[in-house]
Amino acid sequence: MNDTEKELLKIIADMEGTPSGAYNIRANGALESRATTENIDIRTKNDKPGIDIIIKPNTKGETVHIPVIIDQTGLSDLVYNDFYIGDNSDVTIMAGCGIHNCGSDESRHDGIHTFYVGKNARVKYVERHYGEGDGTGGRVMNPTTVVNIAENGYMEMETSQIKGIDSTYRKTRATVADGGTLIIGEKIMTHGTQTADTDFSVDLNGVNSKANVVSRSVAKDKSHQNFLSNINGNNACSGHTECDAIIMDSANVSASPTLGANHIDAALIHEAAIGKIAGDQLIKLMTLGLTEQQAEEEIINGFLK
Amino acid sequence: MLELKNISFSADAENGKKEILKDVSIKFENGFIAITGPNGGGKSTLARIIAGIEKPTSGSIYLDGEDITDLSVTERAKKGISFAFQQPVRFKGITVNDLIRLAAGRDITISEACDYLSQVGLCARDYINREVNASLSGGELKRIEIATVLARGTAVSIFDEPEAGIDLWSFSNLINVFEKMRDNLGGTIIIISHQERILNIADKVAVIAAGELTAYDKKSAVLPKLLDSSYDACKVLKDNMKEA
Repeated sequence: MNDTEKELLKIIADMEGTPSGAYNIRANGALESRATTENIDIRTKNDKPGIDIIIKPNTKGETVHIPVIIDQTGLSDLVYNDFYIGDNSDVTIMAGCGIHNCGSDESRHDGIHTFYVGKNARVKYVERHYGEGDGTGGRVMNPTTVVNIAENGYMEMETSQIKGIDSTYRKTRATVADGGTLIIGEKIMTHGTQTADTDFSVDLNGVNSKANVVSRSVAKDKSHQNFLSNINGNNACSGHTECDAIIMDSANVSASPTLGANHIDAALIHEAAIGKIAGDQLIKLMTLGLTEQQAEEEIINGFLK
Repeated sequence: MLELKNISFSADAENGKKEILKDVSIKFENGFIAITGPNGGGKSTLARIIAGIEKPTSGSIYLDGEDITDLSVTERAKKGISFAFQQPVRFKGITVNDLIRLAAGRDITISEACDYLSQVGLCARDYINREVNASLSGGELKRIEIATVLARGTAVSIFDEPEAGIDLWSFSNLINVFEKMRDNLGGTIIIISHQERILNIADKVAVIAAGELTAYDKKSAVLPKLLDSSYDACKVLKDNMKEA
């Protein structure tokens, strides 16, 4: 692995050297290295590109790293990763993709991740997307996440795209069974002429199922963001979706949270707030000795933390 | 020492300009100075002019002899002016610890940050990692605001109605905070307040009414007159009393 690749791994997965536990590192469209544990198996798919991550029931406290890195210009990488999270387990999955593109051709990663969260299982899924490189070629990522949560299962999904992705379409579809919970926290920052589209749709099918879908984003320069979020309450359930965006310069953001209540005991809420940084926030930090630019950075860093 | 010379300020109003401050000149020496006076008299505007948030229409401001009239908010902050807002600002994502660290202008330990919070009567452990957002009550925000000024520890500290929004139970604590600050901070502490107990711990009291400085002297000279003439604030009431 070269220094660029090592640096990308550090940024997207906090990885320096080999991680402990199970992992699968994919570089430029091919397997770089893999490790499995007694409880976590990783198998290459036979019918299409991608892997199956199989976590045995009752696995507790283990972490799986599955980062993808691309530093070859013009590479288009498509993978199907399926996660089978056994009943009663409690695990963390660290995914992420880093693209370094110094060339003139588009580099692209489309990851299609499908989760089967078992009964009473808990999973924390962290996904970081990052791009860099001074080439004119685009850096594109289009992740699709499909989540199926069984009875009393719990999934927390933390996704972030902080820098350098020219175009993204992030699609998430989820179904939640009785007593299940889905928590999604999305952080996005776009700059230059980047575009980011996010599209969530959650079906709360089970009795006492819950979902909370929250997006915080900052759009700078001439970038564009479009946020779609839909929660359908098909049973006695509770759902909340929120989009909170800061716009700067000539950027634009549109947000469309929607709800569908198909059961008398479905309690659903949506919120959206878009605006520039409040003047009094800047002034307060300036009275602490920060310049206007420093104040702006602190406010954005805090907002996306 | 902070000196204001012939400060006037007018703002746009429905029927032309409204004069908020009229030719105010005042010297703030080291010590504890309370500014009081009727609502709408121009006290908060004066504080905002000192912090650089508003620019005076005319007049000059000197800090230790240096003309700072044209300096920005940031430059004045760096020269040693701190300002606690009457209505503290909320931030999504910035924690109490972040705000105190920014105020201190350096990386501080959690225990140092906690120390500032304890001084304003907040149980630090419960607050340090909380976001300075709508989940905090008005009173909690006010105390955090005061803690940021303590953390800065500058030569001039201005507090705009620190007691507003703080419950009576916490008010005694607040008085203790200011008494301690008077003894330890050593610089110029300017507090805009309507509270007699705050005026009572001041060295000097300034009265600003209808945009003018109507009194500025030792507490012992100003307070008795001020408490005697409370009806002066309302002309109608005064006229009624005369008629009666």
